[in-house]
Amino acid sequence: MTAARPVFRTIGVTKVYGEGSAAVHALRGVDLDLNEGEMVVLLGASGSGKSTLLNILGALDTPTAGSVFFRDRELTRASDRELTAFRRDHVGFVFQFYNLVPSLTARENVALVTEIARAPMSPAEALERVGLGHRMDHFPAEMSGGEQQRVAIARAIAKRPDVLLCDEPTGALDSKTGVTVLEALEAVNRELGTATAIITHNAGIRRIAHRVIVIADGRIAHIDENAERIAPAEVQW
Amino acid sequence: MRALDLKLVRDLRRIWAQGLAIALVLACGVGILVVSTGAQLTLTESRDAYYERQRFADVFATATRVPRTLVPEIERIDGVAQVETRIASYVVLDMPGMLEPAMGRLISLPEAGPPLINMPILRSGRLPDPLRADEIAVTEPFAEAHSLLPGDGFTAILDGQLRRLTVTGLMLSPEFIYTMGPGTLIPDDRRFGILWMGQDGAAAAFDMDGAFNEVVLRLTPGASEDAVIAALDILLEPYGGTGAYGRDGQISHAFLQSELDQLAAIAVVMPPVFLLVAAFLVNMVLGRLIALERQQIGLLKAVGYTTNAVAIHYLKLSAGIGVGGVLIGWAIGAWGAAGMAGLYQDFFRFPYLVYVPSPAAFAASGALGIAAVVIGALRAVRSSVRLSPAVAMSPPAPPKYGRGIVDRLAGPLRLRQTTMMILRSIVRWPGRSVVTLFGVTASVAVLVGSLFTFDAMDEMVDDFFYNANRAQMTVMLSDPRSRGIIEDARALPGVLEVEGHASVPVRLSHGSREQTLRLEGQSGDARLIRVLDPDGRAIHVPPEGIALPATLAREFGLGLGDLVSVELLTPPRETHLLPVTALTRQSMGQDAHMDEAALFRLMRQVPQVNRLNLMVDEAELPALYAQLKQTPAVSGVMLWDETRAQFQEEIQRNLATSVTIFAILGILITFGVVYNAARIQLAERAHELASLRVLGFGKGEVAYVLVGELMLLALAAVPLGWLAGYGFAALIATGLSTEFVSIPLVVSRGTFALATMIVLSAALVSALIVKRRLDRIEIVTALKQKE
Ligand SMILES: Nc1ncnc2c1ncn2[C@@H]1O[C@H](COP(=O)(O)OP(=O)(O)OP(=O)(O)O)[C@@H](O)[C@H]1O
Ligand SMILES: [Mg+2]
Repeated sequence: MTAARPVFRTIGVTKVYGEGSAAVHALRGVDLDLNEGEMVVLLGASGSGKSTLLNILGALDTPTAGSVFFRDRELTRASDRELTAFRRDHVGFVFQFYNLVPSLTARENVALVTEIARAPMSPAEALERVGLGHRMDHFPAEMSGGEQQRVAIARAIAKRPDVLLCDEPTGALDSKTGVTVLEALEAVNRELGTATAIITHNAGIRRIAHRVIVIADGRIAHIDENAERIAPAEVQW
Repeated sequence: MRALDLKLVRDLRRIWAQGLAIALVLACGVGILVVSTGAQLTLTESRDAYYERQRFADVFATATRVPRTLVPEIERIDGVAQVETRIASYVVLDMPGMLEPAMGRLISLPEAGPPLINMPILRSGRLPDPLRADEIAVTEPFAEAHSLLPGDGFTAILDGQLRRLTVTGLMLSPEFIYTMGPGTLIPDDRRFGILWMGQDGAAAAFDMDGAFNEVVLRLTPGASEDAVIAALDILLEPYGGTGAYGRDGQISHAFLQSELDQLAAIAVVMPPVFLLVAAFLVNMVLGRLIALERQQIGLLKAVGYTTNAVAIHYLKLSAGIGVGGVLIGWAIGAWGAAGMAGLYQDFFRFPYLVYVPSPAAFAASGALGIAAVVIGALRAVRSSVRLSPAVAMSPPAPPKYGRGIVDRLAGPLRLRQTTMMILRSIVRWPGRSVVTLFGVTASVAVLVGSLFTFDAMDEMVDDFFYNANRAQMTVMLSDPRSRGIIEDARALPGVLEVEGHASVPVRLSHGSREQTLRLEGQSGDARLIRVLDPDGRAIHVPPEGIALPATLAREFGLGLGDLVSVELLTPPRETHLLPVTALTRQSMGQDAHMDEAALFRLMRQVPQVNRLNLMVDEAELPALYAQLKQTPAVSGVMLWDETRAQFQEEIQRNLATSVTIFAILGILITFGVVYNAARIQLAERAHELASLRVLGFGKGEVAYVLVGELMLLALAAVPLGWLAGYGFAALIATGLSTEFVSIPLVVSRGTFALATMIVLSAALVSALIVKRRLDRIEIVTALKQKE
């Protein structure tokens, strides 16, 4: 299932860190569409520019050249304030390290977002969706890595974002825990229709996506479409 | 340079802003110590040198009229080394360009040559010719105030006669380092001066041929001052002696001494606050620096550095901050002490100031400063350095938060999650919160404790010039007169109201305490001069017994109903045991009061007056002044409106400077504390705060978590600061109170408000400076740093 309308479109995005001889070309002209309701997996060697691309899509970073469109809005022309509002209203992030606020419980970490979102689900509902309805009042320090990551997912989806950007969400987890996290992501994508991009080093995960984008040396090397998707539980770790 | 020392230098450079914030707080403590002890030493040394060179007297006595034949007997008193007698009197002066009369204290010079005791220093011109009754020397400040030079002249009323006097010389005297007219509290060089005249002229003017009315003594080393005073009193009693006194009772000396005591009090009260805050700050900053360097500490120990070597490394770091603070403090101190010395020239007239940059003060303040930071560092260093290398090299466990009081608040108050973060962080790091709380409390306290002096001044002015003394003018009489003079005074031009007052010098004693003061008679119908009770209400003193200032009674350990021994120092020179029947409030001067009728019954005399208090018609002032300048019975005139104006002007002049200095002190503490707390928070929570930005929180909302926590602590500290400030004010009031001035402990709402405003603004600005750093943090970079 691929919808015609893209959520994100990038045109010739480049990113250069540093200057002169020390310059690092992290992205060298990326043209990419990410469609509504789609789940993509980004693969590529370490240092190939995956995180850089994802951060630019999520407006955590700005490209050196090129433009990024979110639907009809050109993010590359937006002000700092508008980018903040964009993240608040449309994007959910999940990182390898969960980035939970240690001083807030699971429920409160989710509430952190629902309090400022436009039409959020309740923190309880978000946590139910990732299978954590029973651990809502625990602090991050009292939870396992997989549980913390699922709290992070609950926090990311609670505002009903249009896109979910995940940078190695299972990178710090073992296979069993990783599966529960992927299942949570797959369920969100399926039930809420949230466009989801997942960076991973685990090639086995590629088969749960609609499309697989392979990045090499700051460019898109090729894009594969999966004729047949598999369930997270079937992933060969 | 060794690798570890290189690391030291780089660390210091890295934390320079935080280090500077601490160093400045430390510098305040060091600076205050150096300034106050430096000024103290400068004044003491200058005074002692002056006294020694100019042979300042040890014992002083005044009588009515003593024949010169008594001198050999005085010389025979055991312990007396040298005796000098003189004729002294208050005189009314008619100064060119001054409508109102000025006052002078005329003192006779010896028959030939300069005095041998209390030797004046001739600053210009020459001594008056001993044979001429129209030549005088005057004090230099008085001459300056009137632009008088040798050769100029003015008119004086000497024993009822208008006399034209010519100034021959300008002098300074160890007796008049602080020159104050009767009834006033600050020097007024325009309205009061000292006049020296040859003995013959003075004797003729005051009808004192072959007699004197003042005697000054130098004692032999080791002589008992008390014994000499007692013996002298016995000798002078038949001649109207009013009680001999030592240097303690000499106005100029006593004022100088009280200034020294105040400096000593400041040196004791203020610096500890700053040193303590600095110690806490070092503890906080170093504690966190070391926590961040756990792994490095583990590594150092793993490769073979001893625990001591590592501990010393970090102690050196704090000592580096300490050295910086001490150096800044010394610079402030040296500069401030010189400034103070200049300030003193306004009040105290020394011919020279022996500026002593007290090495002891520098050494002691330096040692204290370094000690404060090292002690502050010790705890932080000890706990971390003790860890075994293996434990130290593994990252510390993530902070654990728990449920507790904050959760119970959260529900009912519907707190936002960011607010929860603030509250949990405060509860999670109570030690650090306490340091911030304590630091802000200290700044509020320092400000309240110093700014309150202006409230105290206001109250003193109110009490003295409005509540207690409502007269416009007081006319001093050269001799006590019968009450008939009141009617005569009423006939003077422009006089609307007259009240006669009488006072006698007395010596109070109780247990081992003894003090000479004036006993004022209060007539039942007195309206112009009133007596205040401890709450500031006007009262009539009871018909029996004696009323004492509450502060004096407390010092003497006297309560209502207790008996106190009162020795009348005028005829009939009797001692009575009187019950204390009322307590009074008097912040300027310390007088005892008694019902006038009872006083004169005690003295077995018909009531007399020695002072007239007047209300006058301002329009007729010129006529009244002209008349007073020629009235023989008048020895002086006090103009209260002018005195008050001068007093207030003096306060105003100091106000701006003092408020600025104290505000800077308060701001520095606040800045040191809040800036450091904010920087530490920022460093530790950059990751957490950046992840809030990822979630879509704006910069302001993220800053709220950081700034909000600090401001919440600052706000919580304010009431504590008020309390501590009140206590601090009490300490200062006691420290600044002297024999002449008892500083009332009143703190106005304005003072609390000003202190609060200064501190909260400083806190906010410090936090906002750190917020700017927070705003500039790049989200992606911050996220990459794993704690
Ligand atoms: N702040 C930075 N300054 C300089 N170079 C950077 C910075 N961030 C990333 N780079 C460089 O940009 C390139 C792309 O980095 P990026 O983090 O996007 O790689 P990645 O594909 O996510 O790698 P990995 O799989 O290891 O996470 C790398 O060569 C990296 O060294
Ligand atoms: Mg990456």
